[in-house]
Amino acid sequence: MDIDLITNILYAMIRTGTPLLIVALGEMVCEKSGVLNLGQEGMMLMGAVAGFIATWLTGNLFFGFLMAIVAGVLMSQLFAMIALGLNANQVATGLALTIFGTGLSAFIGSGFVGNPIEGLDVIAIPFLSEIPVIGKMLFAQDLIVYLSFVLFGVIFWFFRSSRTGLIVKAVGENPHAANAIGLPVMRTRYLAVAFGGAMAGLAGGYLSLAYTPLWAENMTSGRGWIALALVVFASWRTERILLGAYLFGLASILHLVAQGLGFAVSPNLLAMLPYIATVLVLVMMSRNQGQSKMYAPISLGKPFHAGT
Amino acid sequence: MNTPTVSSNPDRPKRLVMQGITKQYPGCLANDSVDLDIGVGEIHALLGENGAGKSTLMKIIYGVVKPDAGQLIWEGETIRIKDPAHARKLGIGMVFQHFSLFETLTVTENIALALGNEADDMKALAEKIRSVSARYGMALNPQRYVHSLSVGERQRVEIVRCLVQDIRLLILDEPTSVLTPQEVDTLFITLRRLAEEGCSILFISHKLNEVKALCHRATVLRAGRVSGACIPTEEDASSMARMMVGDETPISMDYDKVQGQAVFLQVRGLNQRSDDPFGVDLKNINLDVHAGEIVGIAGVAGNGQEELLAALSGEDIIKNHDAIHFPCGPVGHLCPEKRRRKGLAFVPEERLGRGAVPDMSLKDNALLTGFLTGLIKNGMIDHEGTESFAKKIIKQFKVKTPDSGTHAKSLSGGNLQKFIIGREIMQNPQLLVAAHPTWGVDIGAATAIHQALIDLRDQGAAILIVSEDIDELFLISDRLCAICDGALSPIKPTPQVTLEEVGRWMAGMFDELLPDEKTPEANIVSLQSTAAAVKTH
Repeated sequence: MDIDLITNILYAMIRTGTPLLIVALGEMVCEKSGVLNLGQEGMMLMGAVAGFIATWLTGNLFFGFLMAIVAGVLMSQLFAMIALGLNANQVATGLALTIFGTGLSAFIGSGFVGNPIEGLDVIAIPFLSEIPVIGKMLFAQDLIVYLSFVLFGVIFWFFRSSRTGLIVKAVGENPHAANAIGLPVMRTRYLAVAFGGAMAGLAGGYLSLAYTPLWAENMTSGRGWIALALVVFASWRTERILLGAYLFGLASILHLVAQGLGFAVSPNLLAMLPYIATVLVLVMMSRNQGQSKMYAPISLGKPFHAGT
Repeated sequence: MNTPTVSSNPDRPKRLVMQGITKQYPGCLANDSVDLDIGVGEIHALLGENGAGKSTLMKIIYGVVKPDAGQLIWEGETIRIKDPAHARKLGIGMVFQHFSLFETLTVTENIALALGNEADDMKALAEKIRSVSARYGMALNPQRYVHSLSVGERQRVEIVRCLVQDIRLLILDEPTSVLTPQEVDTLFITLRRLAEEGCSILFISHKLNEVKALCHRATVLRAGRVSGACIPTEEDASSMARMMVGDETPISMDYDKVQGQAVFLQVRGLNQRSDDPFGVDLKNINLDVHAGEIVGIAGVAGNGQEELLAALSGEDIIKNHDAIHFPCGPVGHLCPEKRRRKGLAFVPEERLGRGAVPDMSLKDNALLTGFLTGLIKNGMIDHEGTESFAKKIIKQFKVKTPDSGTHAKSLSGGNLQKFIIGREIMQNPQLLVAAHPTWGVDIGAATAIHQALIDLRDQGAAILIVSEDIDELFLISDRLCAICDGALSPIKPTPQVTLEEVGRWMAGMFDELLPDEKTPEANIVSLQSTAAAVKTH
């Protein structure tokens, strides 16, 4: 392989991994607070379709991203209303949200399939982007990729050193104890769910506005689900989510490269590669039970009623 | 122990006055116009049996539960406490029976969470924790993760968490139930010191000797009402017990201590690594339980009791099959059902979820372990037989329930406990392993359970009891030992053991096992026990 190919693979790895990174980080924050929202796929699709339509109608990409985030938050608050407000089963509610989001986005977007828009531009940072191999990968990306780097840093810091991060962890581990010492359990959970929704919406918007600037039904193709698995196998650790997301990105690109090089393997089998590789590597990393238990939100998925 | 220095002074200014507090739960009047007042610098005991309404009352003070009627007067002003955060702001702190700590966080982080935004400087806070804990004689390392702390240390974290704030009223819910006798003494020194500094303390307990040793005044609750108020130093334990339980219930019993016959359960060199990272590994456990005796294992929760019970019941399979022997041979490799077929009956620690299935009727729950007594024929359930088995348990053990079709979860803890113990005893086991047989059970029911265990023993069954209640173990065990950090102390006949010695065992000081640290006195003890061991062989 020549150096250009490697450079391009690495560049594409980051681009492919970015939506996954964003949605998984959002879901991790949500799960850390003890709420399991299986509606990622639905929220992403709603973000994708809302972002695309907003951009198509106004021609403004930033308005599109804004609407993608708004759609994600609205969907997440629908989930929060049912799962937190009414204390419904979180798993069932999350699954319903995905089904709802998939159907609604297909319905809303049916008139927009195949319409082209101008996608998000790459911003090459002078000098840095000319570093061989890693220059293009890290410094010739679009704005959302840069934003995802920042989000990663902020969330890493948030759980490592901030008091609010500590509260989120405490609420996810033992909501009754958190309530007893006067922490706002429900508010924390609502906000964490909303943040997860915003991130899912943003990730969806990235798919329809930057990664492949068009709208197609069910265009997330299971990324919401893989993000959910990623969070678990990454043992709720920010740095492992980053690793897992880019690993998925790398495997996705390699299967295209492999097809291009003409391997005599069914392309359908090759298309499984990213999913299998990501899960395998992360399962191996999360073997150490003791380690993962230190980071896992113990009360994940359990409803909380104050005053009992 | 010294008696309280501050006498009960009626002119002491009041910190908290509660008048006519009433709280109704569906089907249960938890508090019925309760009056209570606590003075500045007073240690006030709230006495009562399980279910007497103590917990509800203190939850009302702490803002977790809202009263239906009545008023709270805090330092002269009538107030409504909205939530725990509000209570903390007023200076009310609470140490819970089941701790409200976060295991995956450090001591400092746990305390920071309770403090609000002023706790942003973690270094300064760690320093403050060090100084406060040193000042009140409670050693604590702020950097440790809570899951690595012992139960006693966790309680210190809870207390220090209250003390780093401006504390005016400290509520302690059954604080001594998780401590060794020595740790209890240390706790009392801390509490007396706090009271001298003007902090009011509400001490919730059902242990009368502790109340006598520590408290200035006591209020006794029974079935949601105040059944008496007294000055503990002027009362004797039995008069206070009468106020707690009423007139009908027998309070205390004495049982004969007996010697067992042939060994039924033999445990040799049992080592078991725990799968749970927060669990305890079992270290070289050796234990004999003879037919016709009760052996008690004392210990502070979380010292390997769960792991030992799982190894004995068959929930955990032992790699070394020979480590656990019944008379019929090694059983370490057998699953619970096979062990039961060889004479084992088991009462687990958790009633709902392991002892009984919450959503199943008592009848079905009776079948769950009773199926070995011929309730299943050719793979079909004998419904009539099961029904009459369940009814027999209910009748013989005085389980309060409408009928055998009631769901297990709708029984009170004590009633369900009676049912589970009854179910196991009625199968006439040759070996009964029971965890916390009277935990959360009122005095009358506890006496009944103790009597049933003694009867089973006298019929020739081997019985092993794991309990945190030392008084109970002294009452019913024929031989006694303690578990600490997965290792077992020496086993001695109960009449030859003192409370202090069990306390040392619970803290891990097994004289015989530490040859390097032996004091001359301990040497004599171990020599004597060696001599005794030689004689018996």
